[in-house]
Amino acid sequence: MEQPQISVEDVARLARLELEPDERVRFQEQLDQILAYFDRIRQVPVDGVEPTAHTQPVYNVFREDEPGPGLSSEEALGNAPQAADGLFIVPRIVETS
Amino acid sequence: MSACLTKLTLREAVHHLEAGECGSLELVDALLASIAERDPLIRGYLHLDPEQAREEARAADQARAAGRRGRLLGVPIAVKDVLNVRGQPCTCGSRILRGYRAPYDATVIARLRAEGAIFLGRTNMDEFAMGSTTENSAVGPTRNPWNLERVPGGSSGGSAAVVAADEALAALGSDTGGSVRQPAAFCGCTGLKPTYGLLSRYGLVAYASSLDQVGTLTKDVADAALLLTIMAGRDPRDSTSLDVPPTDYTEALIPDLRGIRLGLPKEYFEEAIEAGVKRAIESALEVFCALGAEVREVTLPHTPLAIPTYYLISCAEASTNLARYDGVRYGYRTPDAADVDTLHERTRAEGFGREVKRRIILGTYALSRGYYEAYYGRAQRVRTLIRRDFEAAFHSCDALVAPTTPTAAYRLGERLDDPLQMYLGDIFTVTANLAGIGGLTIPCGFTPEGLPVGLQILAPALGERVLIRVGHAYQSVTEWHRRRPPLAAGGGRP
Repeated sequence: MEQPQISVEDVARLARLELEPDERVRFQEQLDQILAYFDRIRQVPVDGVEPTAHTQPVYNVFREDEPGPGLSSEEALGNAPQAADGLFIVPRIVETS
Repeated sequence: MSACLTKLTLREAVHHLEAGECGSLELVDALLASIAERDPLIRGYLHLDPEQAREEARAADQARAAGRRGRLLGVPIAVKDVLNVRGQPCTCGSRILRGYRAPYDATVIARLRAEGAIFLGRTNMDEFAMGSTTENSAVGPTRNPWNLERVPGGSSGGSAAVVAADEALAALGSDTGGSVRQPAAFCGCTGLKPTYGLLSRYGLVAYASSLDQVGTLTKDVADAALLLTIMAGRDPRDSTSLDVPPTDYTEALIPDLRGIRLGLPKEYFEEAIEAGVKRAIESALEVFCALGAEVREVTLPHTPLAIPTYYLISCAEASTNLARYDGVRYGYRTPDAADVDTLHERTRAEGFGREVKRRIILGTYALSRGYYEAYYGRAQRVRTLIRRDFEAAFHSCDALVAPTTPTAAYRLGERLDDPLQMYLGDIFTVTANLAGIGGLTIPCGFTPEGLPVGLQILAPALGERVLIRVGHAYQSVTEWHRRRPPLAAGGGRP
């Protein structure tokens, strides 16, 4: 089985992480080493084995859709790096003509 | 008197308060004095609000005088910086959450508060609970009270260190792959990670949601049983919390093990274990036999796959959980980003530390198209095999006993630049999280270098009463859990 090569640069872009050049080199080396060790899980037969996403026998947890107390708008915005008029402020996303 | 107060267990402190032998304010002041003396060396706390704590202590003393009761009325507890306590900072040891203040209480905090507990301070941790040494904290490392050149373990290293150094009576932590049990072992305290779903995760900042569980770091098993009794149970705000009937876990504090069958996982003893650790574990097995337990060998054949399985699943879940740190709703934001993509990429680059970035990249890769089935999908199937190993082992025994860690506490910096070596040290603890079962670590001796050794007890899902019985029986005939580092004895000998 061939070992897929991780491209740290491409994956970091997917994860919205800007890396310093020295970080990129270091992570590439370390993640290659980690994945080489992790290859052992690709050698074990798992055909017909159900995946475990959750360990306890709990399924379809429902509750009544009733309103309850929540955070006020001021509390929800209280930790925002930038907020005004009850809104989170972000750089412009939509171009205006 | 005040020097003695810091040595109390939670249960002893409650008795003192109830008997009027001390007040809550006196207790809080004794701990604040201990922190002022020792924490400049240990650096277990990230944040303290002494005036707030003293005010709450005064209020508790008045409430008691007015006839109010509570199982923890006026008792201070330290909290890992990953659990929300209304009005206090919650930074997860990360730059990206610097300045964040919790707008609400985690459910476990609310339940302790309802019994009168006071939340003394926030303890240091590896950033977002990712690490095994507390060296990944953006604020700086915590030191091991037994040897200041050693790490306290992690990620709940601050909580373990402040309990061991008598800077707290007890502390809360979180355990995703051993983050309560491993630092408890390294610092010589008692660490309980309950069954997945027994404690609510509401208000616990997420690392890997299918593995995360709140846990306790205490001076003995009886205190762990008390805290568990108060915190356990279904929470409508956490759909993964289990609907279990109210249970008084302190009823399991039975000091004998007649009729209990303990299994030794063969594969755990085949790993390279430090000689001093092995000797301490072997002596503990003799104690269990003397208490009436029957000890037998069992097998967990998929143990060699536990580390890749754990790290693939936890990093995959972390990469999605940590997507929320984008510089918009809370926490750090990079200055002067002209567009949204730059805002996200730079905020995360500047806000996250190295280990967090490594795990996000590993997790994003394991979930990406073309590799999903080879890594994440496969890890989930191997997780089933590991779970089945435990189910089979528990057919022939009531609990398993093993070392908590292959070695005693690492030297500061020893594994920091070698993530794979760091990960491999978690071999004995990650399996409980993968299987969703509970684990308890108790101090069982020292290496020749004077570092504490932890013994781990594992029980089937919701088998906390067995964990508590086995741990308590051991502590009822041994003194290891009463040992204090020379530092914590106020400069004298332990």
